[in-house]
Amino acid sequence: MASLVGSRVERKEDTRFLQGKGRYTADINIANQTYAVFVRSPHARAKIKSVDTSKALKSSGVVGVLTGKEIAEDKIGGLIAGWAIRSEDGSEMKVPANPPLAKDIANFVGEPIAVVFAETLDEAKEGAEKVKVDYKVLKAVVDPAEAMKSEAIHDGVDKNLCYDWLLGDRKAVDEAFAKADKIIKVDLINNRLVPNAMEPRACVVDYNTASEEITLYTTSQNPHLSRLVMSAFGGVAPENKLRVVAPDVGGGFGSKINVYNEEIVCSWASKKIERPIKWVAERTESFLTDTHGRDHVTHAELAVTNDGKFLGFKNETIANLGAYARVFGTVTPTYLFGPCATGVYVIPAAYSNVKAVYTNTAPVDAYRGAGRPEATYTIERLVEKAAMELGMDKTEIRMKNFPTQFPFKQTLVHTVDSGDYVAGLEKAKQMADYAGFEARRKKSEANGKLRGIGVSSYFEACGIAPSAAVMSLGCGVGLWESAEVRFNPTGQISVFTGAHSHGQSHDTTFAQIAADELGVPMENIDVVHGDTDKGTFGMGTYGSRSLTVGGIAIVNACKKIVAKGKRVAAKMLEVNEDEIEFKDGEFVALKSNKKKTIGEVAFACYLPGQRDEMKSPIPEGDEPGLIESSFFDPANFSFPAGSHICEVEIDPETGNVKVEKYTAVDDFGRIVNPMIVEGQVHGGIAQGIGQALHENTQYDETGQLMTASYMDYTMPRADNFPEFNLGFTCTHATSNPLGVKGCGEAGAIASPPTVMNAVIDALGGQEISMPATAEKVWKACKSIKKSNAKAA
Amino acid sequence: MTKVTLEVNGKKVSKEVPDHTLLSVFLRDNLNLTGTHVGCDTSQCGACVVHVNGKSIKSCSTLVADVEGSKVTTIEGLAKDGKLHPMQAAFKKTHGLQCGYCTPGMVMSAVDLLQTKKNPSDQEIREWLEGNICRCTGYQNIVAAVKEAATKM
Repeated sequence: MASLVGSRVERKEDTRFLQGKGRYTADINIANQTYAVFVRSPHARAKIKSVDTSKALKSSGVVGVLTGKEIAEDKIGGLIAGWAIRSEDGSEMKVPANPPLAKDIANFVGEPIAVVFAETLDEAKEGAEKVKVDYKVLKAVVDPAEAMKSEAIHDGVDKNLCYDWLLGDRKAVDEAFAKADKIIKVDLINNRLVPNAMEPRACVVDYNTASEEITLYTTSQNPHLSRLVMSAFGGVAPENKLRVVAPDVGGGFGSKINVYNEEIVCSWASKKIERPIKWVAERTESFLTDTHGRDHVTHAELAVTNDGKFLGFKNETIANLGAYARVFGTVTPTYLFGPCATGVYVIPAAYSNVKAVYTNTAPVDAYRGAGRPEATYTIERLVEKAAMELGMDKTEIRMKNFPTQFPFKQTLVHTVDSGDYVAGLEKAKQMADYAGFEARRKKSEANGKLRGIGVSSYFEACGIAPSAAVMSLGCGVGLWESAEVRFNPTGQISVFTGAHSHGQSHDTTFAQIAADELGVPMENIDVVHGDTDKGTFGMGTYGSRSLTVGGIAIVNACKKIVAKGKRVAAKMLEVNEDEIEFKDGEFVALKSNKKKTIGEVAFACYLPGQRDEMKSPIPEGDEPGLIESSFFDPANFSFPAGSHICEVEIDPETGNVKVEKYTAVDDFGRIVNPMIVEGQVHGGIAQGIGQALHENTQYDETGQLMTASYMDYTMPRADNFPEFNLGFTCTHATSNPLGVKGCGEAGAIASPPTVMNAVIDALGGQEISMPATAEKVWKACKSIKKSNAKAA
Repeated sequence: MTKVTLEVNGKKVSKEVPDHTLLSVFLRDNLNLTGTHVGCDTSQCGACVVHVNGKSIKSCSTLVADVEGSKVTTIEGLAKDGKLHPMQAAFKKTHGLQCGYCTPGMVMSAVDLLQTKKNPSDQEIREWLEGNICRCTGYQNIVAAVKEAATKM
């Protein structure tokens, strides 16, 4: 039987999605449901003097109005920071309380203050307008670079500083810098982005007054984790009385990791008003209140020798957490960022210092890549600038500093198990026709255009786990993953996973894996996820972990199925277990060549007996049934890597940047479904190009979000991109039995510096910040023209 | 309240609705055709695209009263006799969708493109889809799907 792993299998989930049969949270309606509308702060920072709900309560169709006062009285807990980070001086990070409904002070525009439930959505909206909140507006802190000099926005958080974190050795770095021929410096802003999953957040809650169970349908990347947080920290209901279902979810990109105010409030309120509740965000609510991404201000330096050897690296970053620290908010700019900031290079000495600050803006958390795009942007801008200043070829300087031995002990934290960075860059050069660039540049020049080429090489630590490692770094939970493989008596198989698919194609890839392990057609396998009443437990999907952690749990559970099957088949075939071979779904007695299919064995496991004969195929010590589970905790992160090359052409008359060519060569270890992996890379690159050229989240000085709709925030469109040219190299991961590495975030990690390096190359080295919009580029072109004229 | 009568996916429907009811709301809430999605409320993202009298329109910014008497086709009405429309089959073959949320609008928009122009170039496809935002795919496999469908339609 041919292996399904490695094949371009069409997706099982497509048949429903393509016919409008997907079932997203907003598609769910429950009889007798009410509609929720939230009253949100219009101010970035304001004291809440009073909330008057009397008029709203009398409004037509209004069933109930709840505020921060009631939620506090019921002792419902707030939103949490998932990782505890310690400052360089050993002190613990400072985390302000984040109640689900603000009672005394609002800290960003959009923060919920009260909620109105009504018979119809229109009536709920009207009711919400009648809630009168008396605010005392305070001066907002908006700019992260100024936050430490501004008035503290939270009690007990001096200088608005959550932590001042250091990773690495300052003294060793100083010594390395003292030996350098040249110090390369960059000042960078990693622009704030809104993840913008196409499905806005939503929740539907149903409280069963008989069983006292709450069912929460929600747009979550990790329903079990949501249940845990809402139960353990929110106190909404005990875990056994809370069912969280994340049905089809329309994209996440990190923004649906957090448990949000609305889910806690609606779950709590459903029990209070004894009615089901439906809430669906409008797009502007998503812009205002979904967690945002990036938002770093960085100064970084690279110490080099004249012949292009790297000696030392330092990075001083201010990271904006927004108003509150959320689940991955504090780890994203530290352990997900700092260790990767030395990139794919041997750099003997390095440190990363990060000051995380609170501002009166929406909370910032993980967004596709989470910390690693910021890290890669930092080092890859430095490396490209070093090549330029040393007059070296940009690929040669990289090759010169790549490690050639694996495992590679990276400077700051990670031991990278496998890779071949030289092969990746060589392949990318060849595919991009790197050698032919000069001719293309001249051709563009002849047409009055500026052409530039940019390179970046990256590695990243993903497949987020292992538990012992992440908990030692401050994570509040273990990041293993679970699976259960349930062989039904008639031969169909349900595979339960704690991972969650919101575009990642688990229905297909996980079925491919299980089909190979069990030797059955993948049509016989259903992958089940997203419901805490079905799967045992799970940590969900983020950090490119589904396959490398969750997929391996499935493999291991399947192996247990086969092991038990072998014991049962041996008894059925009356041979010793070691005389049985399992191949292509059949247990074969090697000597006699007698066989039992895995389906027959499963059937026997459930019906272990026959009429008129006291004979069971279940060996002594085994139990009936054929269900196995596994909790997989890998030995290490997975470390995908690669090199990307981009060519842009700039029209100096308009400042318009056109991405002419984009080549990506990635090493994801063994690939389960190349079609799906290519799709993940395409999407990641597009988001990265979006960051580099189009997207920007803009608050004004009072903390109003100026880019709160698709009319103001530039979402990349189909005509912003060329056809991406993808290639792969393959070194197997050693930390898991499939040899796989994560692929979901790589594109978004590698592409921003690749594109920006190309833009800056086209501009003759003139620095420009992301997004390189036509306006900025046009201004840069004009200033180049001016300085050229002066020089002449 | 207004009484609207129209033909949706070949079936005549007649309902009494508030005057300001949007076509997207009518399809989703009154007819339970939840394949038509709403992604932005400002007519930018295109997740809500359906056909009215054969032409693609954004149902989130169309009053249902304005299309009284029209023939409306939604994503649910595209497959015939249990067989995927060539555009749906092409999206599946080229992996033109991931989370599936923008997909109904994307497919309806793409079908209209091929009705308007038989063999569009890559650039023409990309420009046509300007009003449909996808956050997952980077559009490459969507363009491939439209080209694939063009050979079958």
